[in-house]
Amino acid sequence: MTKPIVEYKDVHKSFGDVEVLKGIDLDIFPAEKIAVIGPSGSGKTTIIRMLMTLEEPTDGDIIVDGKNLWKMNKNGKMVEADEKHLREIRGDIGMVFQHFNLFPHMTILENCMTSPIHVKGEKKKEVKQRSIDMLERVGLGDKINNYPSQLSGGQKQRVAMARALVMRPKIMLFDEVTSALDPELVGEVLEVIRDIAKNDDMAMVLVTHEMDFALDVADKVLFLDDGVIAEQGSASDVIEHSENPRVQEFLSRFRG
Amino acid sequence: MQDILSISQELSRGLFVTISILIASSLFAYFMGFVSGLLRLSKHTIIRKLTGLYIELFRGTSLIVQLFWLYYAIPMLFGINLGSNWIIGVIAIGLNYGAYLSEVVRGSVEAVDEGQTEAAIALNLSSFQKMRYIILPQAVRMMLPEFGNYTIQMLKGTALVSLISLNDILYYGNILRSSNLSQAPLIYLVILIFYFVLALPLIFLTRKAEEVSKKGVAN
Repeated sequence: MTKPIVEYKDVHKSFGDVEVLKGIDLDIFPAEKIAVIGPSGSGKTTIIRMLMTLEEPTDGDIIVDGKNLWKMNKNGKMVEADEKHLREIRGDIGMVFQHFNLFPHMTILENCMTSPIHVKGEKKKEVKQRSIDMLERVGLGDKINNYPSQLSGGQKQRVAMARALVMRPKIMLFDEVTSALDPELVGEVLEVIRDIAKNDDMAMVLVTHEMDFALDVADKVLFLDDGVIAEQGSASDVIEHSENPRVQEFLSRFRG
Repeated sequence: MQDILSISQELSRGLFVTISILIASSLFAYFMGFVSGLLRLSKHTIIRKLTGLYIELFRGTSLIVQLFWLYYAIPMLFGINLGSNWIIGVIAIGLNYGAYLSEVVRGSVEAVDEGQTEAAIALNLSSFQKMRYIILPQAVRMMLPEFGNYTIQMLKGTALVSLISLNDILYYGNILRSSNLSQAPLIYLVILIFYFVLALPLIFLTRKAEEVSKKGVAN
């Protein structure tokens, strides 16, 4: 039995007085593809943002590769993690955002090259080749010297994926990556994710509203409702055969 | 016409002081603006508060009084000699406008979209690398027009140094007037033209800066 690469242990998160996550327990295994679905405001995005170190949990532990992400051992006591500790662990994690968050002052090639060069200290020549390969893979080989402002939303999102992939993460997080796109651009982005899911062996967690896509790509689906994982199982179990009324109600809105 | 020429000739003796003070004090003000603007964003409350004190003190009191403080009061009170008049002029103007610029720096850094910080974290950049490669390059583009505006203001501010007996353009103008009272209107007209001509390249650069800042920030 393989060990999980990420473990959430009774993780809680509050914003002010509002408890958004009310005890999340979750294992993510290497190469596993997980889709997180659920109504808006149910805390889906917060789950992956805590793993990316963008939000700190209020309570509970997140273990990545056996190491506690948000706490570290200092003179025998567990204390709040500092930046050095977070950086050591989050190097294995990559994320693609709803609003792309490309660096507007850099070409798309520079967007891809910045982190491997500065964070990993890799050789520029090698990083450049790998970035070009990756941009070709997402279908943007002819745009490497363009700036983000010259691209469509779908193209920007594909750049964002290439930029994350160049770092060779073990875990990739996708935060509603098609929600900000015009409907006709959604397909090209999903196509790239499908390609990554089929051909790369990293773990993936996708927060999504694309049910057919989740059904197609995910090994496991989590249905999040009111801050807890209300249902989980294989994609077809949750999306096609769930008897949970909350799940059915939620899904009925997509079937129209 | 002959008068204008001779007035101009006399005033141009002050050009070097005006221009050299403008250059030195704006460089000093840019430096102070960046340092205190970034310190204002520090995690440490004490650093933020102290920097805030500097900023509000220098924004909230008049430049000319600050100049007199540095020139007359501090040497008497503390027995410190701050250096030549030229250096005192540069320090006063630099500290004063540095306080304004620090707010421009802080505002621009804060105006960079939060998503940029999140992307930098997701790519595992350190806080310093994030600032250096992602935030500042975008913030500086936003700052440029305001830096231009304040530089134009600093040019006009340099005229105050004539009051601590530095021989700038206005100083020579005043000397000229005191020996030739009937020419006062003409003298001050030529002085205006001098400052305006000096400001022209700065105005032009500020326009350019606005164009630059419009490009390359929109996501």
